[in-house]
Amino acid sequence: MRTAFLVLLPSIVAVAIFVYGFIIWTGYISLVDWKTAVENYDWVGLKNWKALFGMERFDWNMRNLVIYAAGFMTQCILFGFLLAVLLNQNVKGENIFRSIILLPFAVSAIVTGVAWRWLMQPTTGVNLLFQRLGLQGFGFAWASDTTWGALAITIASSWQFTGYIMALYLAGLRGISDEVVEAARVDGAGTWALYRHVVIPLVMPVTFSAIVLTGMGSIRVFDMVTVLKGPSFSTDMLAFHMYQSTFGLYRTSLGAAIGFLMLLLSLFLVVPYLRGTRFEEG
Amino acid sequence: MRRPIRLSRPLIYLVLIGFSAFYLMPFYVMVITSLKPYTELNVTRMWDLPRTIDFSGFAEAWTRVSPNFRNSVEITIPAALLSSVLGSINGYIFAKWRFRGSDTLFMLFLFGMFLPYQGILIPLVRTLQTFGLYGKQIGLILTHCIFGIPITALLFRGYYAGIPNELLDAGKIDGCGFFRLYRHILLPISLPGFAVVLLWQFTSIWNDFLIGLVVLSNPSRAPVNVAVQNIAGSWSVEWNVQMSAALIAALPTVILYLSMGRLFMRGLLAGAVKG
Repeated sequence: MRTAFLVLLPSIVAVAIFVYGFIIWTGYISLVDWKTAVENYDWVGLKNWKALFGMERFDWNMRNLVIYAAGFMTQCILFGFLLAVLLNQNVKGENIFRSIILLPFAVSAIVTGVAWRWLMQPTTGVNLLFQRLGLQGFGFAWASDTTWGALAITIASSWQFTGYIMALYLAGLRGISDEVVEAARVDGAGTWALYRHVVIPLVMPVTFSAIVLTGMGSIRVFDMVTVLKGPSFSTDMLAFHMYQSTFGLYRTSLGAAIGFLMLLLSLFLVVPYLRGTRFEEG
Repeated sequence: MRRPIRLSRPLIYLVLIGFSAFYLMPFYVMVITSLKPYTELNVTRMWDLPRTIDFSGFAEAWTRVSPNFRNSVEITIPAALLSSVLGSINGYIFAKWRFRGSDTLFMLFLFGMFLPYQGILIPLVRTLQTFGLYGKQIGLILTHCIFGIPITALLFRGYYAGIPNELLDAGKIDGCGFFRLYRHILLPISLPGFAVVLLWQFTSIWNDFLIGLVVLSNPSRAPVNVAVQNIAGSWSVEWNVQMSAALIAALPTVILYLSMGRLFMRGLLAGAVKG
């Protein structure tokens, strides 16, 4: 026992410092007056927080977070579930379909963003494809749309992430026993009723995971927004604001406040999740 | 549950083929654009196959990103290896040497895995600077190893939990201690576990952007994904070069995925608690 603990100790110390210590440190930095490249720990209380909440850019951040989360979560969960249900119908070539759907998950958000930036060029890309298909009225500004830009970015990010959610749902569906389905059938449940009253409630734990994972992804989105950024603040997100404030403008304390706020937002998702998770054993 | 429901079969295939086309579309566009010469980069012909296969885009992209590609190799391989070894030992402890509070400790580890990095970036940079590790590959490797502790422990804990305790008990009766049990009993059967964890760590470290951007801000030292974004962000670079650079950055993880899809899937499901 003692050896085990001693061997684990370096990792415990590393996590204690790099995760928990750094969180407290970040919180502290948000309460001091560090606003140049030079470190400064003069206490200013909530000044940075008040400044943050008063910024127009912050309003954009929160607005865009809502739009982004709504778009990203809906697409990932809806399509992920739909694809898992379809793949679960004993289809021929299931492996091929599954591999294709999951393939985007192997590439980085940067690569995804670069490809979609080309696809979302107003003069070509998907707009051109719509034209070729005879959909003349369909032409979008995509990420450069000053109102719905954030929503356009979720097309790229859900393209990348839906495969993961699909894989989770597929595992969930495979875990439902045949007897349960049979019993519902015997009771006269049709396909719709079977899904509505049996399958969907049974995969609820997966849906819960999917909500947490996509919700977290929405709070922290950075890479994709860096590549697909629209004009001014129309697609600006907390993570991007944090990065620019801290490493571009050296408004370190403000950046710390944004980073700490992102942590707080995440807690709403993480705490219930970890409390409810039973870890896969083997 | 694995049985057909009453849905029309052709409709199922139609929807699946439609979605597959959607998921392949960006790859198609990347590949055809990267193979076009400069003169063929006409926006009205974006969807058309190249008339002549031309590698000048790739050549240009390679001269731009090859130093960064090399950096990524030099960072990702040691970081993935080190964090897998560490994870294997930690997972062994969390699965087979439970002590009072070890489950709580494990939970606290996992918690760390979920948090947005923005909440720790500033102290991270300050700490690396203090120890002279900022802007150096070794600093980034170390950072990836530390932030890999939770996920690797989780994956290996799951793997070792599936190994019967009786196997270890037999070893204990023969007088094996902590290290000998690990070395002689667990390590020889850990290969599949290592494959999953290595694959997972390789993919996430290779695809990382934020930490590489912050810790190695010097463009010539940056990892490949940072270089790809720099090329894409400069606007002066032609699309065939951009797409080639993106494909070069994507190639290692795509090859791994295509050759080891099953292991990838296993890591994915076990790591469902990763954000």
